[in-house]
Amino acid sequence: MNFQGYRRPDQRAGTRNYVLVIPSVGCSQGCAQAISHGLKGVICLPNILGCGQMEEDRPIVKKTLAGFGTNPNVYAVLIVGNGCEQLTPAEIAKEVAVTGKRVEVITIQGIGGTRKATALGKRIVKEMIRDALKLSREPIPLSELILGTECGGSDYTSGLASNPAVGAASDMLVAEGGTVILSETAEIVGAEHLLAKRARTPEVGRQIFAIVAWWESQAIAAGGNLREGNPAPGNIAGGITTLEEKSLGCIYKAGTSPLEEVITYASCPTRKGLVYMDTPAHDIEQLTGMVAGGAQIVTFTTGRGSPSGSPIAPVIKITGNRNTYVTMRDNTDMDASKIIQGKETVAEAGKRIFDEMIAVASGKLTKAERVGQRDFAIFKMHPNI
Amino acid sequence: MRGRTEVIVINTIDTVATALNPLKAGATISVRIDGSVEKIRLVSDIPKGHKLALKDMEEGVTVIKYGEPIGRTTAPIRRGEHVHVHNLASQPRKGESL
Repeated sequence: MNFQGYRRPDQRAGTRNYVLVIPSVGCSQGCAQAISHGLKGVICLPNILGCGQMEEDRPIVKKTLAGFGTNPNVYAVLIVGNGCEQLTPAEIAKEVAVTGKRVEVITIQGIGGTRKATALGKRIVKEMIRDALKLSREPIPLSELILGTECGGSDYTSGLASNPAVGAASDMLVAEGGTVILSETAEIVGAEHLLAKRARTPEVGRQIFAIVAWWESQAIAAGGNLREGNPAPGNIAGGITTLEEKSLGCIYKAGTSPLEEVITYASCPTRKGLVYMDTPAHDIEQLTGMVAGGAQIVTFTTGRGSPSGSPIAPVIKITGNRNTYVTMRDNTDMDASKIIQGKETVAEAGKRIFDEMIAVASGKLTKAERVGQRDFAIFKMHPNI
Repeated sequence: MRGRTEVIVINTIDTVATALNPLKAGATISVRIDGSVEKIRLVSDIPKGHKLALKDMEEGVTVIKYGEPIGRTTAPIRRGEHVHVHNLASQPRKGESL
């Protein structure tokens, strides 16, 4: 089966056709925002990092920013630096250029101030948009789709309806030869043994246990534990008592496919099928990591309701809570509550999600896109210095 | 009484059910487990989406939902009682401090 997408020079395919402005450092965000302001089809990443990170965090920041540039939902990239920062715009540009797409760099210091840089930047992105509009969608096999899966604001309906339904859709995409990313490691705690059992090799299974142990050690080193604050107050009010209970509901999103590999934050999957990305459970950092890893589309399940969206990837919001669907219609794309009422099977809801995924991949706008929710946050381990 | 739609049991080995509507103490509900129907008299109110015990449990017992452990009881729980943070807690694995 196909979706209608944009073919890129590196042969990857996008579901959107954006011109992306990346501030390579927090100081240039204002200028980057000014460049993209008022221009349709131009997105500015609200990045505040790129300078002052500790050694271990620098490669993650670079990889994430470059990953947004290389994501096939992006047609061309303008990188705006200040000029003296740790992460140079040229380093990011080099990574993006590998894809064969157009990438330009300007620095505020190099050009001589924000006004001149903004004027030049606007000229460049207008050219890029003009070229982007010449491109049209073409049939792309679903096997080229990377679906990110996420859940946030869970309640008792998440494990009963929306997550199992997304799991059914995930299985359908994997059957088409596509790729599904499961992530948010703190929320597989208590369910990691079930994922490890499905691992393609014993080594992949060991990696699942190892990443959970790493997050546990981080939490303990910080004087807490993974169960502190998780489930969140809203989860508890919604009927979820323990982290294990939340996690068991969470992993339904991954369907029943074998687990092919475990990849690090913001990395591109190297295998098709179900892959696991080690990310925080923090909704925005998780979403950012999956999109930096090449996800062109995301399903986001919620019980309590969530407004989250990505700057460059459509995020389909699905709830099993009828009340949330009604009260948060602005933010919520699909209602899976009929599963709980016994009026729809998980497989039927999964098929509806799968069909919606193809429609959205082919250009249908999600609620998050319509309200303009474009969240971005990079995971890092240390304070800025 | 609407019987089968009041609560849901996800896995046949589960020791808790999920209430699909707010339920009142003293009511008797029908619980369907693997085709057969059990009657349970509620000993406490159960808010919508919350859990109730399908059997009597001592303190320190592992509670099962989705066919898997979801934590350990921190107090004795009676059949038909509300199961939540006041009587059920996460059960960290060995080596993990709390």
